[in-house]
Amino acid sequence: MTVKSWPTLKPYVLAAPQTVLLLTFLVIPILLIGVVSFWEFNGYSMTPAFTLNNYIGIFTSDVTLKTYLNTFKFVGLVWLSTLMIGYPVAYFLSFHVPKLQWQVLLFLLCTIPFWTSNIIRMISWVPLLGKEGLVNQLLMGTGLIQQPLEFLLYSDFAVVLGMTHLYIIFMIAPIFNSLMRIDRNLVTAAEDMGASGFGVFKEVILPLSAPGIAIGSIFIVTLVMGEFVTVRLMGGGQAASIGKLIQTQIGSVQYPLAAANAMVLLIVTLMLVITILRVVNIRKEL
Amino acid sequence: MKPRSLTFYLLAGFFGLFVLFLYGPMITIFILSLQGPDGTLTFPVRSFGFYWLGQVFQEQRVGNFVEPFQRSLVLGAIVTALAASVSVLSSMAFRERFRGSTWLFYLTISSLIVPSILISLGIGVMFQVFGWSTNWMTSGMGAHLSWTLPIAFLIMLGIFNRFNPSYEEAARDLGASDAKTFWEVVLPLIAPSLIGVGLLTFTLSYDEFTRTSLVSGQYNTLPLEIFGMTTNVTSPALYALGTLTTLFSFSMIAIAYFAYRTLSRQQKT
Repeated sequence: MTVKSWPTLKPYVLAAPQTVLLLTFLVIPILLIGVVSFWEFNGYSMTPAFTLNNYIGIFTSDVTLKTYLNTFKFVGLVWLSTLMIGYPVAYFLSFHVPKLQWQVLLFLLCTIPFWTSNIIRMISWVPLLGKEGLVNQLLMGTGLIQQPLEFLLYSDFAVVLGMTHLYIIFMIAPIFNSLMRIDRNLVTAAEDMGASGFGVFKEVILPLSAPGIAIGSIFIVTLVMGEFVTVRLMGGGQAASIGKLIQTQIGSVQYPLAAANAMVLLIVTLMLVITILRVVNIRKEL
Repeated sequence: MKPRSLTFYLLAGFFGLFVLFLYGPMITIFILSLQGPDGTLTFPVRSFGFYWLGQVFQEQRVGNFVEPFQRSLVLGAIVTALAASVSVLSSMAFRERFRGSTWLFYLTISSLIVPSILISLGIGVMFQVFGWSTNWMTSGMGAHLSWTLPIAFLIMLGIFNRFNPSYEEAARDLGASDAKTFWEVVLPLIAPSLIGVGLLTFTLSYDEFTRTSLVSGQYNTLPLEIFGMTTNVTSPALYALGTLTTLFSFSMIAIAYFAYRTLSRQQKT
């Protein structure tokens, strides 16, 4: 081997620490999950082996199937609500707020909660949605309802609301980014050719912001697929998700079973991401 | 400028509601944490006072917050130092093409978007298999880095995209070595952004919960301690703690923003 000169080696040396950290805390852990998913569990510890029992258990159990369906339900609902709320917000910021300064400032206003504690943001819903919470007090005070609404907290509704609240910035930011990149001359040109306001939106703005929607959707899908904290805190005892199932299995040290579940989760998530990438080409956004 | 249409007002109203949705819940717990000793977990507020904020610092039946807070600070500082320095190095590498760069880029992105339970389980399994015991400093730090490093990296990448390479070329033409160029030219120029990135990384680490939850070992970081509290605390002390820790995060963000503004303004003059 010839000794390479410093300029050729330099980028490799600079990129090495990040590569090492990611290998240690991302690649090796996930490979080990794959390995352990074939191990045996004898009731109190795991032993190296090659068994497909963990996977057979997953695919023959009704509970797993139901849990997956429920997880997909959360993914679908959270995706829909983040998109329906996030798109108009991003659209307003990029097309209706006049100055760049204001656009950036209002966008930052939306991002600030993202940097604070998720747990606190979830707890914050309790005094609003609880049985004796503000929403129920207001509704009963105005005489709209006689009994407090029970479904507001510790329900699937609360889980979707909580996740929408936590993760919506992951939808807004990529959409905002792709909307800001749209050449405003295209909009003017379409208007000059006689397109209506809605026509411009449908034929010009929406297609050009599709990559942003796709990136946002990837974030939402991957975040919600493995969710267990919101499901636990806001869903009460009943709500089920695949993340929560894995967490429960880890709690009872059934690592091989949890690992097999995690592998299935990873593959399902990857398939969803690939599907999104097939529908929309995001390459030009990167 | 065209006159503002009905769409503008509808969208502005929608945006206003959205901001209320984002901040409303937080504001309610701020209000509820400022109650007197007779305060409860729900409205109406009977009396105002700082009683519960003071309670946070007292010895609690359900746990102690001072030590988890210290742990979170220490861990946050280490994670910030690592994520900031590593991301500066790698984003500098990304200014030129090198073999495997695309691969490393996608690997970094995957670390960000992989379902968090996989990181938590994976690091837990790795420690189990190698016979190490999980600890907030080791496995916890890894979990934090898997989340903060990609974000720091993406921001740094954006910063170096806008960085003018002619300063470095000038330094090199004058005979400065790579190391000298970095310390005397590049670092001072990116310093404002780096401080911003550092503080944002710090708040992310300080508030991280999901990835750490299964691998923190015996001693909890602050978010984990708070999570434990949610099931068995029935006094507004919980809200008071939430208020304090949120204000702490807010001040970090504010410092990051103003440090960035002031320092980058100084450079322009």
